[in-house]
Amino acid sequence: MNLDLFLQYMVAGVTYGTIYGIVAVGFNIIYNATGIINFAQGEFVMLGGMTAVTLGRFLPLPAAILVAVLITMILGALLEILFIRWLHRPSVLRMIVITIGLSILIREAALHIWGESVRALPYFTGNSVTSIQLGGVYISPQVLWVVGISAVVVLILGGFFRYTLLGMQMRACAANRDAARLCGISAKNMVTFSFMLSAGIGALGGCIVSPITYVQYDSGVPLAIKGFTVAILGGLGNSLASVGAGMLLGILESLSISVLPAAYKDVISVAILLVILFVRPSGLFGSSEVSRLKEFG
Amino acid sequence: MKLLSVRGLSKRFGGIHAVDDVSFDVPQGAIMALIGPNGAGKTTLFHLVSGFLPPDRGSVVFDGSDVLGLMPHQIAARGMARTFQQIRLFPKMSVLENILVGRHLHSRGGFLACMLHLPFTRREERGVREAGREILTFLGLSTQADAEAVRLSYGQQRMVELGRALACEPKILLLDEPAAGLNIRETAEMGKLISRIRDRGVTVFLVEHDMSLVMDISDEIIVLCYGQKIAENIPSAIQQDPDVIRIYLGEGDA
Amino acid sequence: MRKQALQIAGFAAVVAAIQLVASLTGNVYHLTQMTMSAYYSLVVLGLCILTGYAGQISIGHAGFFAIGGYLSALLTTHDLSAHGGPIVSGLAAMGILTRRPDLYGGELLTVHPWPACIFAVLTAVAVAYAIGGPVLKLKGHYLAMATLGFGIIVYRIVLGTELVGAADGIYDVPAFPLLPGIAVSGKSSLRVMNYYVAWGFVILGMVFLLNLVRSRVGRALASIHGAEDAAEAMGIPTARYKLKIFVVSAAFAAVAGVLLTHYNGGIGPSESSVMKSVRYLAIVAIGGMANLWGTLLMSLLLNYLSLRGYFGTYDDAVFGGILILIMLFAPDGLLRRQLFEELKEAVFPAGGEKET
Repeated sequence: MNLDLFLQYMVAGVTYGTIYGIVAVGFNIIYNATGIINFAQGEFVMLGGMTAVTLGRFLPLPAAILVAVLITMILGALLEILFIRWLHRPSVLRMIVITIGLSILIREAALHIWGESVRALPYFTGNSVTSIQLGGVYISPQVLWVVGISAVVVLILGGFFRYTLLGMQMRACAANRDAARLCGISAKNMVTFSFMLSAGIGALGGCIVSPITYVQYDSGVPLAIKGFTVAILGGLGNSLASVGAGMLLGILESLSISVLPAAYKDVISVAILLVILFVRPSGLFGSSEVSRLKEFG
Repeated sequence: MKLLSVRGLSKRFGGIHAVDDVSFDVPQGAIMALIGPNGAGKTTLFHLVSGFLPPDRGSVVFDGSDVLGLMPHQIAARGMARTFQQIRLFPKMSVLENILVGRHLHSRGGFLACMLHLPFTRREERGVREAGREILTFLGLSTQADAEAVRLSYGQQRMVELGRALACEPKILLLDEPAAGLNIRETAEMGKLISRIRDRGVTVFLVEHDMSLVMDISDEIIVLCYGQKIAENIPSAIQQDPDVIRIYLGEGDA
Repeated sequence: MRKQALQIAGFAAVVAAIQLVASLTGNVYHLTQMTMSAYYSLVVLGLCILTGYAGQISIGHAGFFAIGGYLSALLTTHDLSAHGGPIVSGLAAMGILTRRPDLYGGELLTVHPWPACIFAVLTAVAVAYAIGGPVLKLKGHYLAMATLGFGIIVYRIVLGTELVGAADGIYDVPAFPLLPGIAVSGKSSLRVMNYYVAWGFVILGMVFLLNLVRSRVGRALASIHGAEDAAEAMGIPTARYKLKIFVVSAAFAAVAGVLLTHYNGGIGPSESSVMKSVRYLAIVAIGGMANLWGTLLMSLLLNYLSLRGYFGTYDDAVFGGILILIMLFAPDGLLRRQLFEELKEAVFPAGGEKET
């Protein structure tokens, strides 16, 4: 494999890796606030993309994306309020099954609304054949959008959690729920908000990457698996590490195509997940306390 | 003869020495108590001895053989039974069924034998149930045999957990705060029960906060503070020990 | 023990009654869905013991079904005539290989269904042993994800491998001659026989599992679920037991996979999909988690309805919906033991006290 080909693989890996990282960030936000791993996270990404495509027929692109993200955020809040908020000390098994069930229902709803067809938003700039040359490699400008917007999102998120009151309240809630409540923070609302935030970030991710990867009613599950892999790889709850871990997975997956038949691409990420779970569930950057799961409720 | 011998046992969690170079012996047939302020490392010591936590250093010799590194179920098979600080009864199982789990070590049927319901398993099951009912009678819980274990009163649940451990026919019984949450009458009864258990030939090693119970029934007491053993003596001597008094009551006016 | 025998006899009577009604009313074709339902129930029963009793969640059991089904299908359809050599002729001489005509009038040299079945089930068991160890050390979410991952890997492998038909799967799988005169096959002339064969396997499986549940091992498994540390402290080798029950449940799934594949005459990648695994779990949940009879009855009903197409295009949604509703409102299952106890109390209050 020559250098050019290798760089192309790297670019593809970084692109996909960014999305996996975004999904992982979504996992981490909800996990940090609640100890729940939201199996339906991938569906938020899918919904963002699909909704934006539908809206894009009569709204300009930026507006379509914005509204799609808002709609998904509202859906995220609704899910939490209807299905999770009123549970009292649910067991892990119960939460897993409920979020799996939600994931299925969302997927089936998407199937009935949009059918099986594959959709994509138009490229933000240029089209599918535009490319910019960056040092010997031809990159679609969409890749720059993906990486750029994701970087901005992660930075804003970091700033949000560190410097805004709401962000600090969410962190307080995540660290010690009861103590936070004693300070007057509504833990229940923090949980709802964390779902909204996760949904919004996922939806945005779905929008920006759909021109390259396309979305379909069942795009959600593989994303959830890979997002979860990345979240674990970086250490559950550690969003910054997720970004790096996402890159790593994306690149590994991309390079694997040169060795294995393309049909087995998904097997790579799942195999990596299993290996991590068996060998080091706390991930590359986590400590062993992280692998002791949080409790909800 | 020393049933349990611990030498130089140590366990650290990060910067905290939960158990720091502790050594002691539990003679066979004795009732030995482990006391100390909260956070002294008593339950950690239990976990180390019964195989639930690996020690950083030290040795544990039980009934003549080294048990360091063995899985808890292997140590249990050698004759060590224990209870837990927070009651760990099996939910959704009756009182009798909980006790019967304690008979696991005294029956043999494996997966295949049980699936095929071989004749020897039927005999075994009858024997197991008989032994279980005997223990219920010993504890005075016969009427509750089929009640759901976790619905019983707190005091009764403690008794069931004790019965379950007894069902193992252990050589030594490790009791983690058996009187926790019990009122004065229940505590006194627990004390009598533990004495009767010892009279049946079971060595008892208990962690306890209730001083009346400890002073009443123990043959010997070990005092732990910040992971270190600071005293090991008979009850009357412990009551007079200035170090012990200091850690419980603090320094007097200088 | 007598109660269990009565339950089994009662169920067998129901099975026979269904067949008689179907045959007499001329709706024999319903028996086909009932037969398939039986084989799916085998998987569900194995999962019930694993997840309901022993508390180890698995959302990847369709993977074991697929390993059993696909291996058996592959071995009984892959033509070895082109491969000469001593091994092949030796196996043929031993009767492990068999010749049969194919669709186009030619002749195939394939593995006989019996050795193929044994090989397939043993492979599934070996895989279960291999991954069970590390997987069952995990708890909660991690365990669920690991089993989900296993299922996905199997799915992706069968979907992407040409040798096993990729997206089309394997078809033209021959009948499975279990015993002289009894064959697992989809031929309509053998429909009634196959109905009884299938439910016979289910009843046999139920007997084994009921025995297990009411035994020392069953008690140990329930205790592991209830409080693993306490179980360990009672001398129960928890890791070993969890692995064994995992392997048992994998074996049930693999056997079901083999038999259903020969009944249907083929297998496709959808049999190892995540949705299939989720369905099995949904049925266990609605059946009462730790309730074998409840799970069996629900499996009979739901699989039959699904196979007859009653759920239409909302098939997956139905099972997903069931899961959510059960987990929200009745996490111990709809037909949990407690409910029966309470109903019994209400209808037949306990008698007066004995004189002492």
